Amino acid sequence: MTVAVIQFGGSNCDRDAVRALNYLDIDAERVWHEDGLPADTTGIILPGGFSYGDYLRAGAMAARSPIMDDVRTAAEDGTPVLGVCNGAQVGSESGLTGGAFTTNKSARFQCEHVHLRVENADTPWTAEFEEGDVIEVPIAHGEGRFEITDDRYDELEANDQILFRYCDEDGNLTDEANPNGSTGNVAGILGDRESVAVLMPHPERSTLPDIGGTDGQTILTGFRA
Amino acid sequence: MSTYTATVTVRLKHGVLDPEAETTKGALQRLGFELSALRAADVYELDLEADDEADARERADEMAERLLANPTIHDYEVSVTEADSEQ
Repeated sequence: MTVAVIQFGGSNCDRDAVRALNYLDIDAERVWHEDGLPADTTGIILPGGFSYGDYLRAGAMAARSPIMDDVRTAAEDGTPVLGVCNGAQVGSESGLTGGAFTTNKSARFQCEHVHLRVENADTPWTAEFEEGDVIEVPIAHGEGRFEITDDRYDELEANDQILFRYCDEDGNLTDEANPNGSTGNVAGILGDRESVAVLMPHPERSTLPDIGGTDGQTILTGFRA
Repeated sequence: MSTYTATVTVRLKHGVLDPEAETTKGALQRLGFELSALRAADVYELDLEADDEADARERADEMAERLLANPTIHDYEVSVTEADSEQ
């Protein structure tokens, strides 16, 4: 059994993801997108980076690579899939999750620590949290503003598919705590199943104690479930 | 079969914030130009061999649907010209 961390041309958080998972005693390996999913795949990470130079739109090219058909099938069969940063953009562009991630409101690349409020604690990614818990994780993106049509947003809320929202350290959803102007302060959402999630912040960069912050660990332990 | 050029124009839906366009507008204003709004769009010109204009339009339309535009945030329009008729 292994978590497949899919490496596209221009991915750059794939090694970080493998290392973070290994630190948590979860078996993981990098998988080049042309090689297809290993037979013993038990989980999938779409890692951060700048796949295909963000050409056209961030994630647009990787989302249409053949391996994403296998990822979709695996996701439908219940395999846990986590898209992080560029992986969230790939997940969104491929239809694994709803909405779109586009240019930050500031029109700048935002690289900083943010606070997230857990909106749904009934998922593999948040099982160790309570709803309303606040965690601190880093972001590093230029195109992370979550956009979605009003009716689809209402559906996300009604179906409890919003996983994390940007908040201040006390859990308040303010404009100041929203680093990119995301609709509803949304930082991460679920797909059709709770085992499929995408988020712009980086749990793998807040897992190893040596690099500061470990709040990401509990998200990645979702692959143990 | 004739050669057609399908022009696909992709723009953000009305109401979707465009920070790059806002920044560009600000830069123009700093240069002393007066303007009240600036909207940006991406234009793709596709040369293709097609049976007729309708065929070319249909194929360009599908390309826009499948890749060039993201229906969550974009509207797009397609116009088609027969390449020879332009020369």
